[in-house]
Amino acid sequence: MTVLDILTYPDERLKQVSLPVVSFDKKLKDFISALEQTMDAGPGGVGIAAPQVNKLLKIIIVDVSPMANTAKKRKRRFKSSNHGRLILINPEIVSVSGAEVAREGCSSVPDYTANVERPKLITVRAMTAHQEVKNIECEGFEARAVLHEIDHLDGKLFLDRIISTRELFRRKVYS
Amino acid sequence: MEKNQQSKIVWHLLTLVGEDRPGIVAGVTTLLYKGGCNLGETSMLRLGGLFTIMMMVSGAESDKALQTVISPAVKKFKLRAHVDKAGARLHAHKIPNVQITIYGADRAGIVADTVATLSDSGLDILDLNSDVAGSAEKPVYVLMIDGDATQGLERLEASLASLENKGFEISLTPLETMVG
Repeated sequence: MTVLDILTYPDERLKQVSLPVVSFDKKLKDFISALEQTMDAGPGGVGIAAPQVNKLLKIIIVDVSPMANTAKKRKRRFKSSNHGRLILINPEIVSVSGAEVAREGCSSVPDYTANVERPKLITVRAMTAHQEVKNIECEGFEARAVLHEIDHLDGKLFLDRIISTRELFRRKVYS
Repeated sequence: MEKNQQSKIVWHLLTLVGEDRPGIVAGVTTLLYKGGCNLGETSMLRLGGLFTIMMMVSGAESDKALQTVISPAVKKFKLRAHVDKAGARLHAHKIPNVQITIYGADRAGIVADTVATLSDSGLDILDLNSDVAGSAEKPVYVLMIDGDATQGLERLEASLASLENKGFEISLTPLETMVG
């Protein structure tokens, strides 16, 4: 099993912009496998982006199944789509709609969680590891996870998008 | 800084209260910096037109030394200062898994009634904000709580039924945290 080291902020490498993947070779396949294993080894993580392990390539993995399973166990409605394991190469957001606020954390920013506003529904276009182009519609937490990971590809962290809980409170009451 | 180094840091909790006016935070933090102090977690609020702030401060030799460092700002801005050495530490946050909103015509006892019931059902309050909305003639009390349902959300939900006929609205929303 390969578990890669995860960079943590303030490591400047997390603020760099990643490059598109151009070679779909064995090296890429091996790297994706290692990235998956790294995500699975982390506690509670539902996504990972290549730059988090110091690989400046546009690759993300998202899998909200652990959150869906927890919701099921607690007999709660899981407010999210769930496509299972998504390995997205060179992902691009095609469309967004709606907005909602939820709490996020990040394995590159340990010991901190905060409220972040994100679109509720997105369409993401990406290549699979087999070089097929797909449009995928994601909702709720899955959309949030995809957007969170794509932010990593642009050198952004959820810290760049925090909303104050008190601001949220006032908006809820008066608007 | 490594976690074992962080655990050796002695934090003081500094509380300041006074009439709100521009420059208080800048004045206080400049004095702390020049006095060799560092900040940890801080929370500033304006409550009822008053300025209030609580700050975790390290680097002060004693409560008295910290009071001395900030005394020029205390005098200038007519603040009341209180210092505790209460064993505060960083990274001690619990993540909330439930949000509870309560609102209704303002009357004495709303918070006591609801919070006591919720607490008996395992709610650990992590964050609480309240305000009085509406007009002076018809005030509306609004309370928002982020908490940890230590005995499960079902237990908390069941306890809400006993609060239904008390004249205010109460809602519970499970909170999920997405870790990417």
